[in-house]
Amino acid sequence: MKRLLSLFLLLAAWPAQAELRIFACEPEWAALAQELGGDRVRVYAATHALQDPHRIEARPSLIARARNARLVVCTGAELEAGWLPQVLRESGNAAVQPGRSGYFEAAQFVARLDIPSRLDRSEGDVHAAGNPHIQLDPRNLLAVAAPLAKRLGELDAANAGHYAERHQAFAEEMRAAIARWEKEAAPLRGLRVIAQHKSFSYLFNWLGLVEAGTLEPKPGIEPGSAHLAQLLAQAQARPEGGASSARGSTPGVQPARLILRTPFDSPRPGEWLAERSGLPLVTLPFTVGGSERAQDLFGLFDDTLAKLKERTP
Amino acid sequence: MQRIALLAVASALAWPAAAGDEDLKALREEVAQMKKTYESRIASLEQRLAAAESAPAKSQSPQDGASRGAAAAGGFNPEVSLILQGQYRRMKEVPERSITGTWPAGGHAHGSEGNEERGFTLDNSELIVSANINPSFRGLLNVALKDGEAEVEEAYFQTLGLGRGFTLKGGRFLSGIGYLNEQHPHAWDFADAPLMSKALFGEHYGQDGLQLKWVAPTDLFMEFGAEIGRGANFPGTDRNGNSAGASALFAHAGGDVGRSHAWRAGLSWLTTRAKDREAHFEDTDAAGPNEVEGLFTGRSRTVVADFVWKWAPDGNAKQRNFKLQAELFRRNEHGALGCASDVATSPCAGRLGLGRLRSAQSGGYAQAVWQFMPQWRAGYRYDWLNAGSKRYDPATVFAALDPANAYFARYRPQRHSLMVDWSQDEFSRLRLQFARDRSMQGVSDNQLTLQYIMSLGAHGAHRF
Repeated sequence: MKRLLSLFLLLAAWPAQAELRIFACEPEWAALAQELGGDRVRVYAATHALQDPHRIEARPSLIARARNARLVVCTGAELEAGWLPQVLRESGNAAVQPGRSGYFEAAQFVARLDIPSRLDRSEGDVHAAGNPHIQLDPRNLLAVAAPLAKRLGELDAANAGHYAERHQAFAEEMRAAIARWEKEAAPLRGLRVIAQHKSFSYLFNWLGLVEAGTLEPKPGIEPGSAHLAQLLAQAQARPEGGASSARGSTPGVQPARLILRTPFDSPRPGEWLAERSGLPLVTLPFTVGGSERAQDLFGLFDDTLAKLKERTP
Repeated sequence: MQRIALLAVASALAWPAAAGDEDLKALREEVAQMKKTYESRIASLEQRLAAAESAPAKSQSPQDGASRGAAAAGGFNPEVSLILQGQYRRMKEVPERSITGTWPAGGHAHGSEGNEERGFTLDNSELIVSANINPSFRGLLNVALKDGEAEVEEAYFQTLGLGRGFTLKGGRFLSGIGYLNEQHPHAWDFADAPLMSKALFGEHYGQDGLQLKWVAPTDLFMEFGAEIGRGANFPGTDRNGNSAGASALFAHAGGDVGRSHAWRAGLSWLTTRAKDREAHFEDTDAAGPNEVEGLFTGRSRTVVADFVWKWAPDGNAKQRNFKLQAELFRRNEHGALGCASDVATSPCAGRLGLGRLRSAQSGGYAQAVWQFMPQWRAGYRYDWLNAGSKRYDPATVFAALDPANAYFARYRPQRHSLMVDWSQDEFSRLRLQFARDRSMQGVSDNQLTLQYIMSLGAHGAHRF
């Protein structure tokens, strides 16, 4: 009887202690929500670092998780257009529908790059709202963390102070880290690189790297042999050695030094170009969980910078 | 409960005392926040300035304004997408194609009719318009256009704000029974519908009515649904009554196994009523056979079991993935058989009752589609239907109808299909399909299909 009573009391008290359930579309937002929420939140990451967030299916497991979430944290800017609307509609969860307080779009809070001048599919899978891969500029994380902490506080008013405190701590740590990373990455400024997809635009913009080209001929179109051959010709047109750099090439234009890919991009096009051009192919973590060291948001940038510096003399 | 109430009371009492400090703290935070947002805005402005300086030819701001308007699709502008489909088809010329042993789903002409044309043909062009109506509802219209015909495939509203896992749909929609039924032809993995879908519904089963769905609050996906509708589509008929002509129940479960596997399984049940459902038969007129109308009045019950399993290495379907899909059905019908003819010498002249008819049939399909490299997929499908059982009084029936009619034959229709398709991205697909179709007794038809499917406009979110 006593046991039954205590069980009953436990059940009665359960709603008060229940953690805030969060459905994060990408690992970076799962990590950020965890940083801000600590033990008061239970975060489910809908995708992981080996998945292309463009190409996810509205799997039953995602619908079930969205059904129970009180907050959905996603990038927005059409990144999840192929699956999230379906997941949310099928979930029957009113609280997390777009426009409700349980729906949070990170891309709304940052200045977006690559806003297309021409909205036409002949340009590939372009997003009207600009490039959605915003997480590789840590200043964007700061810009998203503030409204996210506020939203957590609104949804879970009892713990609003907790979220605000954690946010402050996170922001301080992140600012210090940004200063450190910027100093570390100073030698990378002006480095010309070839990326597979426009996945790293915000990273380049932050650190002053220059995108000399992409392996994809157009966003979302698989790299074809004609386009790769063109890139190879460009890479091989570079002058050999330092002495010859003055003649032949256009002054001021340096050759690309690295080829970059995410863990989920097909390695083949990059390998093909790397083999023929002699440029190193580097796999950057892209998001939390994308490499062994990138286990949280800080590790993500530590590892990204280390990988970039390792391959550039 | 008491504990919560107590907590609430305690915190309410404690509030005024703490308010001063809290207010100050909140104010400070707000100022800090404002500072932060301004800082980030200045930073972003600096970024933009730097970008503008490095590329002076491109001006950013007007593009910004223009695209912001376009990005609001789904807000005020509905999402519009258009699907263009067409094919070249090489197959035998067979007058009145049908599936031997089944009651032809003639009432549903669309699709099944289109697939009988040979040579170059244009399939239906689908126009899909959808948007949120207000915070509570979403609406969708799907119209199939072809040669002076505009068939409303779907036109429904759906609730967004019912909550607790409930969703209500009303209007015309594809029934949630089985797996493939809810998919439009452009989402199919093969150029045509499985024999099972053709035998059961003509192509797919659409309801004019209501659907209520509930998703259970568990980490394992469990969904339960119920539908009631007009039931005008095959295997039912339009009876113009006040009561619902069709009802359906379905349950689906699904989940992930590790990172690489996902599955969904379901069980569905559909019941419809038919009155004078027509099909062509040949009679036993001594002066020569006439084409007469066979008529069925009664009840039809269909049970469908479906299973889908998908594999993608580490959940990344971009490079390689595999999909296995199978559905099985069993349909029982019982009611009265009759026939009717205008020919005076026909035994069916006027109208003739032929006693009771009881039938049980089953069948299914299994298919596997493999994306072996980016953009390329190959697939194989096997279709079969069992002869099943039909119980009627042969003396009465065969006095009027020729026993050689395909419906009375004991035959096991089968089909093997192989396909390869290439999709540059999710907006275009070209497909080559080869099928060996033995769905008609005595006809072994080798079919070659070359098909295109092109999507324009909004990026539709597809189901699992």
